[in-house]
Amino acid sequence: MFIKFTAPTSRWLATILLACCAGFAFAGDAGHLKTVKGSAHVERDGKRMPASVGMAVLESDTLVTGADGSMGVTMTDNCLLSVGPNSVLAIETYAFNSTTHAGQFDAALQKGTLAVISGKMVKQSPDAMRVHTPATVMAVRGTEFVVKVDE
Amino acid sequence: MGLIIVGAFALAVLLFPAAPPQTVVVLPGPDGKVGTVVVQRDGEQTVLNTAYSTSRIGADGAENRAAMRNSDVKREFGSALTALPARPVSFVLYFVSGKDELTPASKVALRKALDELKHRPVPDIVVIGHTDTMGGQARNDELSLARAERVRKALVAQGLPAERIVAAGRGEREPLVQTADSVAEPRNRRVEINVR
Repeated sequence: MFIKFTAPTSRWLATILLACCAGFAFAGDAGHLKTVKGSAHVERDGKRMPASVGMAVLESDTLVTGADGSMGVTMTDNCLLSVGPNSVLAIETYAFNSTTHAGQFDAALQKGTLAVISGKMVKQSPDAMRVHTPATVMAVRGTEFVVKVDE
Repeated sequence: MGLIIVGAFALAVLLFPAAPPQTVVVLPGPDGKVGTVVVQRDGEQTVLNTAYSTSRIGADGAENRAAMRNSDVKREFGSALTALPARPVSFVLYFVSGKDELTPASKVALRKALDELKHRPVPDIVVIGHTDTMGGQARNDELSLARAERVRKALVAQGLPAERIVAAGRGEREPLVQTADSVAEPRNRRVEINVR
């Protein structure tokens, strides 16, 4: 028997497959805080924790800095992210398979400044990483860039 | 009538507040290479793929594509750029045939790697051992793990945090140089140290 999938169906299947793989490969940390300066917090499950160097960053965490704050994260796919002062960055989805380098990463900068050096998953599939702002969505294709959202 | 229009406009502003202004700038990498960022808004796309190419969207929603100067990027984004973690690095060390003993050159390379790693505040380290195709698969799985473990212990002995180091053996599955079975290949008898 031969089953022909329509484009939307195969995209669906790909999403489900990716989610399953991600589930296996990705029970743990999305990244780790490597630099922390000034007022910096991680919001997780409605709780606000002071950020510290070495702390794990998980999917669904939000990074929040005050007027003198900044912090930098290294993700498990070697993507580097950092936020400057008065910033709010949500790690909305993060999945990375270290064997296949497949993954998906959605980050949302609600305000403030963000610097990004993309990692392995973007090399593997060009549209794996997206950065969202209130006005736009950015597709990241293997690059270094900065974003600022004014208040 | 005028009041209704003003009222409707005020309501629209309340219900659909304009998105805050934003700036996106693509930067050249350390090797001068530039990647691509596609800025998407309401079905429209702006492709940024040259050094310092910029998309600025103002409060009125209009987009300005004038490239930002490097000095302005440093002023506006300095704090975030300074906060970027050190770039991940990798080291490769080579081994004597059939043993978990480093070659003399790699003993020197290990010392150099350690010097560099000590400067990182909280390194996350993955150590992966490999073999050439001499000997059986099961023996090579053991040998590759022994090589990785040997390097892991050397890192811990030099004060790197044991809880942040993972060691694994891949046997003869991932040769650097493809060979037939039972071929002694020095470049495949190796351990990779990947540091984030």
